[in-house]
Amino acid sequence: MLVPSPWRADFPAIAALQRQDQTYLDSAATTQKPQALIDALTHYYANGAANVHRAQHLPGAHATQAFENSRSKVAQWLNVGDSGQIVFTHGATSALNLLAYGLEHHFKPGDELVISALEHHANLLPWQQLAQRRGLELVVLPLNAAGLIDLEAAAQLIGPRTRLLAVSQLSNVLGAWQPLPQLLAMAKAQQALTVVDGAQGVVHGRHDVQAMGCDFYVFSSHKLYGPDGLGVLYGRNEALQGLRHWQFGGEMVQDAEYQHASFRPAPLGYEAGTPPIASVIGLGATLDYLGGLDQDAVTAHEVALHDYLLHGLQARKGIRLLGAPHLALASFVVDGVHNADLAHLLTEQGIAVRAGHHCAMPLLKSFGLAGAIRVSLALYNDSADLERFFEALDQALEMLR
Amino acid sequence: MSLPAEALLALQAFQQAAGWEQRARLLMQWGDRLPALEDADKVEANRVHGCESQVWLLGAVHDGHWQFAASSDARLIRGLVALLLARVNGLSTQELQQVDLPDWFNQLGLSRQLSPSRSNGLNAVLQRMHELAL
Repeated sequence: MLVPSPWRADFPAIAALQRQDQTYLDSAATTQKPQALIDALTHYYANGAANVHRAQHLPGAHATQAFENSRSKVAQWLNVGDSGQIVFTHGATSALNLLAYGLEHHFKPGDELVISALEHHANLLPWQQLAQRRGLELVVLPLNAAGLIDLEAAAQLIGPRTRLLAVSQLSNVLGAWQPLPQLLAMAKAQQALTVVDGAQGVVHGRHDVQAMGCDFYVFSSHKLYGPDGLGVLYGRNEALQGLRHWQFGGEMVQDAEYQHASFRPAPLGYEAGTPPIASVIGLGATLDYLGGLDQDAVTAHEVALHDYLLHGLQARKGIRLLGAPHLALASFVVDGVHNADLAHLLTEQGIAVRAGHHCAMPLLKSFGLAGAIRVSLALYNDSADLERFFEALDQALEMLR
Repeated sequence: MSLPAEALLALQAFQQAAGWEQRARLLMQWGDRLPALEDADKVEANRVHGCESQVWLLGAVHDGHWQFAASSDARLIRGLVALLLARVNGLSTQELQQVDLPDWFNQLGLSRQLSPSRSNGLNAVLQRMHELAL
């Protein structure tokens, strides 16, 4: 059954890539951009750039207005309501580092930070380094065979010494939705802070941070069809009270003397320096575009395309999937074939997939693998993209075996 | 500077190759012909970091001429390394410092394998060779 994408033409780069004989199947790394975003960036730069929250002049007022409109759109996208604030950072990694430094004073030696075995380096290393700075224990929740965080083990490991839980919503390697409601409930029962890494999850479906009930939710704009250099941090009001300022300078200051200073509350107090203004405005345009799509149709498309991918992989001999992906992507290895060789031959054939450790080295090592091939999907992909991938895969395997 | 005999062979074969598929098959053949490394040489000290696959590189000077040995657990990078060795083995230190390796891979039609975004490790191998021969 063919799976066409009615949104393909909204992303001009897809046609450009096709003219270069490239099939883009690496959207979990970064996405192509909708025309609406490109137009918004062009409009901003062509009509008068200005810094935000500083100048009294008209261009500054326009830029600030557009910037703050984007903040409202992001808040709406996540259904923040009155529950908290949206802070713009320079990426999801930057947002997680802000948390690891800004929350540091909450912890004392012997306290436990809990993450899971599938975390992306961005949601592992900031906590690992914090644990080293403060003499904390980093507790790693194990996975079950399906690639989900093991809830029985989690119930044992999340305990009275747990001060923070930081987990991914959707794994960038395993493509599996994690059991967040149960995990967050366990952490909250211990009065631990909760951080959700939504870098992959936010791209698929709509998510409601109030319903989720986490203290912090992080995602990156460029994976959600937005501009790069921009991350989003949602913080619940009560949790933001306990977040210390991390980076200093620019308009995050309330009052400055030579020897001391006071700082603004969230969101501005956590946005040191000039923010990525164009990117923030661009993300607003992307959200307008995405908000105008028929969400049910998008979801149905993502499910159909993912089924197509899984069936095609399962129909081929010797292919071993990592975990049991639900959506968005599939990572795999082929018996007797080095993933670097396969990646080389797919690249030669114009197939843009990701090979390697996917910024989750400990996870790959736990599978006994140095790397895997990951095919990831977006709303502009169609079954013809996957057919080209399968043809190239067959050709590569024929050569390598 | 005249090419070593092995390098001439490689150049002839790759310049006649039509298309990616023939080049890839040739690469694998060259990789298969690379003499195996002893297990004792496949140690951390000889490992080249920065590759997706495991690559080992050893080098020593005999009578004023460099002799490198290398291997990898991936076939195509092994082929690339074999082509590298074909070009540099037997050179003096001075010749080795002068040889234009990016140009060598360009002549073979393999320049894309050296692009910075490639994580196949060929760049890391060149870097390590440079360090060994300094």
